[in-house]
Amino acid sequence: MEQIDFSLVDWSRAQFALTAMYHWLFVPLTLGLSFIIAFMETVYVRTGNPEWKRLTKFWMTLFGINFAIGVATGIILEFQFGTNWSNYSWFVGDIFGAPLAIEGIMAFFLESTFIAVMFFGWNKVGKKFHLLSTWLVAFGSNLSALWILVANGWMQFPTGMKFNPDTVRNEMENFWEVLFSPVAINKFLHTVSQGYVLAAIFVVGISAWFLLKKREQLFAKRSIIVASVFGLLSILFVILTGDGSARTVAKYQPMKFAAMENLYEGRQNAPLAVIGLLQKNTTDGELKKQDFAFKIEIPNMLSYMAFLDANAYVPGIHDLVYGNPQHNILSYKERSEKGQIAIASLAEYTAAKKSGNDSLANTALAQFTANYPHFGYGYYVNRDMHELIPSVPTSFYSFRIMVGLGFHFLALFLVVFWLTYKNKIESRRFILYTALWTIPLAYIASMLGWVVAEVGRQPWVIQDIMPTIAAVSQIKPASVQVTFWMFAVLFTGLLIAEIKIMTTQIKKGPAQDNSNK
Amino acid sequence: MFETFSYITLQEYWWIIISLLGALLVFLMFVQGGQTMLYTLGKTEDERTILVNLLGRKWEFTFTTLVTFGGAFFASFPLFYSTSFGGAYWVWMLILIAFVVQAVSYEYRSKPNNFFGHRTYETLLFINGLLGTVLIGTAVATFFTGSDFSVNKMNLTNLTGSTMPVISEWTGPAYGLEAALNLHNLTLGLTVFFLARVLALLYFMNRVNNAPIMERVKKHLIYNAIPFVVFFLTFTIWLLLSDGFAVNPQTKEVFVEPYKYLHNLIAMPVVAVLFLVGVALVLLGIIRPITCFVKCSTKGIWGAGIGTVLTVFALFLLAGFNNTAYYPSTYDLQSSLTIENSSSSFYTLTVMSYVSLVVPFVLAYIFYAWRSIDSKKMDIEEIKSETHVY
Repeated sequence: MEQIDFSLVDWSRAQFALTAMYHWLFVPLTLGLSFIIAFMETVYVRTGNPEWKRLTKFWMTLFGINFAIGVATGIILEFQFGTNWSNYSWFVGDIFGAPLAIEGIMAFFLESTFIAVMFFGWNKVGKKFHLLSTWLVAFGSNLSALWILVANGWMQFPTGMKFNPDTVRNEMENFWEVLFSPVAINKFLHTVSQGYVLAAIFVVGISAWFLLKKREQLFAKRSIIVASVFGLLSILFVILTGDGSARTVAKYQPMKFAAMENLYEGRQNAPLAVIGLLQKNTTDGELKKQDFAFKIEIPNMLSYMAFLDANAYVPGIHDLVYGNPQHNILSYKERSEKGQIAIASLAEYTAAKKSGNDSLANTALAQFTANYPHFGYGYYVNRDMHELIPSVPTSFYSFRIMVGLGFHFLALFLVVFWLTYKNKIESRRFILYTALWTIPLAYIASMLGWVVAEVGRQPWVIQDIMPTIAAVSQIKPASVQVTFWMFAVLFTGLLIAEIKIMTTQIKKGPAQDNSNK
Repeated sequence: MFETFSYITLQEYWWIIISLLGALLVFLMFVQGGQTMLYTLGKTEDERTILVNLLGRKWEFTFTTLVTFGGAFFASFPLFYSTSFGGAYWVWMLILIAFVVQAVSYEYRSKPNNFFGHRTYETLLFINGLLGTVLIGTAVATFFTGSDFSVNKMNLTNLTGSTMPVISEWTGPAYGLEAALNLHNLTLGLTVFFLARVLALLYFMNRVNNAPIMERVKKHLIYNAIPFVVFFLTFTIWLLLSDGFAVNPQTKEVFVEPYKYLHNLIAMPVVAVLFLVGVALVLLGIIRPITCFVKCSTKGIWGAGIGTVLTVFALFLLAGFNNTAYYPSTYDLQSSLTIENSSSSFYTLTVMSYVSLVVPFVLAYIFYAWRSIDSKKMDIEEIKSETHVY
């Protein structure tokens, strides 16, 4: 273990990050735009006004372009658990595989079946069946998000399972605990609702462009009304669930939380650094850290945010690394020793079982069970403790930019809705430009959310139980490097094509002739 | 209900589901087969547009079935997922890349300003059709021919070695590509390739309303049916005469048994019947349109399609049932995967079995939705009346 080949782990992580981020460029728009289209078509079916059909069809075309590349980038993620993380696939496959399979059976077929009706059924099926299909596409895509986010939530907070020493893996004990884990539920709600926000910004921004160009004004204003109401409700929900997510992080992933806040010394009445600049490199014993060069704080806020109690104690990175007996926190050194005991007693148990020595097997098993919560730390004996700390600046800044942008979106939706409602929006060019340029910001905020979630939990592929270094497949780093670049080139090429096609379709605008179509 | 089943019954039930998904996937790969003949069958832009749009309304089902096949395999037999995908890295990666390029090609092909030009997207569809069928066939053939790997779960506790503690280790340097060099594997790969083309031709017969295309379809049905039958018979005869990987039901020891797959066929008469009926239906589905084109051509896809599903289903059952190791290791026989030693826990299989109850419902709505949009044959007029065109 002393000479772990880090290039394999690093390239495998890089490949997963690359493919996941490319996939995530397209998913949030699918999640939200599917609902916006369904609303618009509902208005069309209820009023019979063909203008609303034109509206629906325009946004549906953009939906289709985006959806195709979302599918293309998605298949790789599912299979990558096997190809690049084979230990992981065995160690937790008994739990992790189920949501992936359910996603396929329940959600993907629903999506792909009714997407065909949605695109090709206009002249072939009744209005109501078509509308139902459009809603089912929205429902299906959000259902697929539920299952994959449950899977991700489980990695952050493993629950509902038990380790089986005979099969050397974790096995599911309670499906409902996995599905309804607080981490999974918050993650799902926060993630899909931010997808709705992104889609709303996309629609508002593009509609703003039409208004700036003085084209299709009624069409654009109708789109803005639908999207800004949807966006406004969604962003409020994003803020609410974001708050809930932060609380689950504080509770179940204290190191991630401390990194997000650059909190080294744990304390009661911890203040929240709303804005901060990390600059000076200092040390705390062996621990490398960065002090604030500048910050604006709200007193007690962090304690309150994390535990709904201004007096609550929030552990810092120092406490988690060196331990804090007063607050019952074990040091990383102790945890890695316990983890090592767990790993060794698992080996003892298996050997004893094989040789038929039941009493020895039982002793080893008891020792294993007592130390299992620290299993993953066992791989870090005699290693640099910094490997157990996620990148603090990345977590700290990503979190703040994401939250800041969230409030920008809230303000934008309010202003845009109000101005459209008062029929003044077309003259406010500054607001229209702001709306247009908020589109990339929505993507940045969305991506940074994943950066906080995934960089912040390093090195754990499953919190406390399996680190990335123990999860990979046995392949040559060069192979992973080659596939990494293949994906990088391929996805970048497809992204360029997607953007070109999308902008061409937007510039074309909604179809003029609406007869019989 | 499922709680009362025994563990082995659930394992068998899930092997049946995996087999069924695999069988449906092979049938649905007619989309891939069709993608390799766009220029063979379509000589004008309009003709190719008809073909692409016909396939384009079905590609997502193949794709989704592949994804679900993977997910279901992961959920029910995670050791296979861990061993095969992580070891035969290159084969699976190439298959995946072939499917990545497919997903966008339909949607982007005819869109203005699509960066690569429509010929590129058609080429990508061809690549998907070729690699997707041949490599998936090759990969499935390793269920009978074996691969070089070892499985040791206790590697996870090995903290002293100089390498990463990996459970499933592949011994070959080619990481799966060696499978494509094995003649038997390649034979099955080519069988799937030509089968997919045959099925595509039968699908076109059922759906195309365009005389010049239909003329070519008829001609190419014969050209593709002959190599399909030759490769299929070669593989089947070899399979029935070859040694197989048997498991001793008492000791769980894996050993090589001569004529194992032939024995399996005899020991499981239901599977034998499925297999024979399947083969007969495929052949009937091909021969009828050749002999009575005008009247029978639209029905071929049903016979050959159902026949394909039955045959592939039976092949999967031959690989996994009757004390057989479905993913044999030729490097270390005792590392071979069986449905018993590679499955999920009793609890997970029970949960997943409940989930499987929605499958008939899924099949029903797919059938209903297809019927509603495929009510008449396709010609260029219909495509021109559509707003969403590939």
